[in-house]
Amino acid sequence: MKALFTRPRSLTSNVMIYCPGCGHGLVHRLVAEVIDELGLRERTIGVAPVGCAVLAYNYWNFDVTEAAHGRPPAVATGIKRVLPDRLVFTYQGDGDLAAIGTAEIIHAAARGEKISVIFVNNAVYGMTRGQMAPTTPLGLKTTTTPSGRDPDLHGYPIRVCELLTSLEGVCYLERVAVDSVPGILKARQAIRKTFTYQLENRGFSLVELLCSCPTNWKMTPSQAMKWIGQEMVKWFPPGVYKDVDSTNQG
Amino acid sequence: MKSLLLNGCEAAAEAAIAAGCRFYAGYPITPQNRFPEYMSFRLPQSGGVFLQAESELAAINMVFGAAAAGARALTSSSSPGISLKQEGISYLAGCELPAVIINMNRAGPGLGDVTPSQSDYFQSTRGGGHGDYRTIVLAPWSVQEIYDFTYLAFDLADRYRNPVLILSDGMVAQLLEPVHPRNGMKKLPQKKWALTGCRGRKPNSIKSLFLTPGVLETHNWKLARKYERMEKREVRWESYLCEKMELLIVSFGICARIAREAMEQARREGLRVGLFRPITLWPFPYRQLKSCLEKVSKVLVVELNLGQMLDDVKIASGGHSRIFFYGRPGGGVPTPEEILKEIKKK
Repeated sequence: MKALFTRPRSLTSNVMIYCPGCGHGLVHRLVAEVIDELGLRERTIGVAPVGCAVLAYNYWNFDVTEAAHGRPPAVATGIKRVLPDRLVFTYQGDGDLAAIGTAEIIHAAARGEKISVIFVNNAVYGMTRGQMAPTTPLGLKTTTTPSGRDPDLHGYPIRVCELLTSLEGVCYLERVAVDSVPGILKARQAIRKTFTYQLENRGFSLVELLCSCPTNWKMTPSQAMKWIGQEMVKWFPPGVYKDVDSTNQG
Repeated sequence: MKSLLLNGCEAAAEAAIAAGCRFYAGYPITPQNRFPEYMSFRLPQSGGVFLQAESELAAINMVFGAAAAGARALTSSSSPGISLKQEGISYLAGCELPAVIINMNRAGPGLGDVTPSQSDYFQSTRGGGHGDYRTIVLAPWSVQEIYDFTYLAFDLADRYRNPVLILSDGMVAQLLEPVHPRNGMKKLPQKKWALTGCRGRKPNSIKSLFLTPGVLETHNWKLARKYERMEKREVRWESYLCEKMELLIVSFGICARIAREAMEQARREGLRVGLFRPITLWPFPYRQLKSCLEKVSKVLVVELNLGQMLDDVKIASGGHSRIFFYGRPGGGVPTPEEILKEIKKK
């Protein structure tokens, strides 16, 4: 019998504890599929963030370390500089990457650190119960913006891809909405590209994935998927923001 | 091997390289700026990686990454910078990663002053970061000792899979003294737990998060047993002229070196004075100090702070009634004559 669909070797058989409709499960699998495809499982070291995805080492079947909140780019820098021929990537949420770890991500990018960043943007702090994140769109109600995010009180969302484009150490930046089958396939391609560029020593690269958090958005999984495509993309337009291989940017 | 004329920063850097350190990340702060400057050319010459980090936080977390990947890794700073590194030190301890952290103590609190101090004794010996953990703390009193202790610290860090601190100060950092270097390490320990890619083995993970009820407690008891082993095996101290004396000076680091000079002057004047110097501030030589304290009627604790090791001396004494303190908490360093004056007052 021919197997049409199997679990990637780079995923363990552990049952993921993520909420129904959460984007993490999808993205974990995409990362695992691409690592299998490139034959890199035994050469990969992942850095897991603080947040829901901290348990990623239970799901990925390769070497993974935890990092303090916001520090994955610094930890990945230490690993990659010591083991330059390994595939080293960080997996970070919006609070981790764009609030408490803003300095680390900007400087890893500015140094052109040869690491890949999988940036999961779901507009809220997921694990701590849905507080305002640096990527929360204006007007969105969260547990710390009960009347909605108000620019006078809470400032404006940070657009990470746009922010990093000016840095010369960066070789590739793309934002993808993971809200549909085409979106998932596009995310897979982007993850493949960030890993490939790293192996080619081109510099720092980051893929921003707009992902659902139905529990904290207080939506059903299907409503959450729709909200990504209808609302989130207005604040965070998908696209290639930088690609050293292409003149077709933005 | 020929001896070298080095300052404390350069000596520690040379010792680290001889001990097989191949990764250093740091951030500029006085009085240890010579450290990253020296490493920036010296470490790459030895096949290592030097990185000037964007912050102290990033530096300690880069060290975390390098240690996780199996390298001998080092960072250095001075007091305000060491405060920022506490987050990373706690994670290193929780994740059981070996690393060496050197503090060229300057006076605080806050921005304080750039002059020598021992005011980070509590921070160094009582954890500093969050959580229930311990780190070995070595206190050198000369440039040769900061060399020797840095060399030793890498072995201790690997042996226990734990961060090791060197609590030095702005004076040792800048002193120029001859140093007898050692031959480089021939063989570094294998690290089967390191993250190097899972070729031919099951994947490794490095973590300090344990959410299943009871698992963190089991982990922390395991750490506790490790700390007990350190307390049993790693206590280091020195005592001078501790027989037939009336007054015992207890002092550590550069302050103890000045106190030794005061002790010698006192002896020349016929005063029966001895000196006890803890070398490991943690584990503290409680038992060894206690047996010295039992023989004296007066104790003078001398520190460059408001009296921090004083607490440990009191614990060791178990209620000695005549413990006096002389401290300089603002970055000033006493002369031997000033300490001698204090001895005579008691």
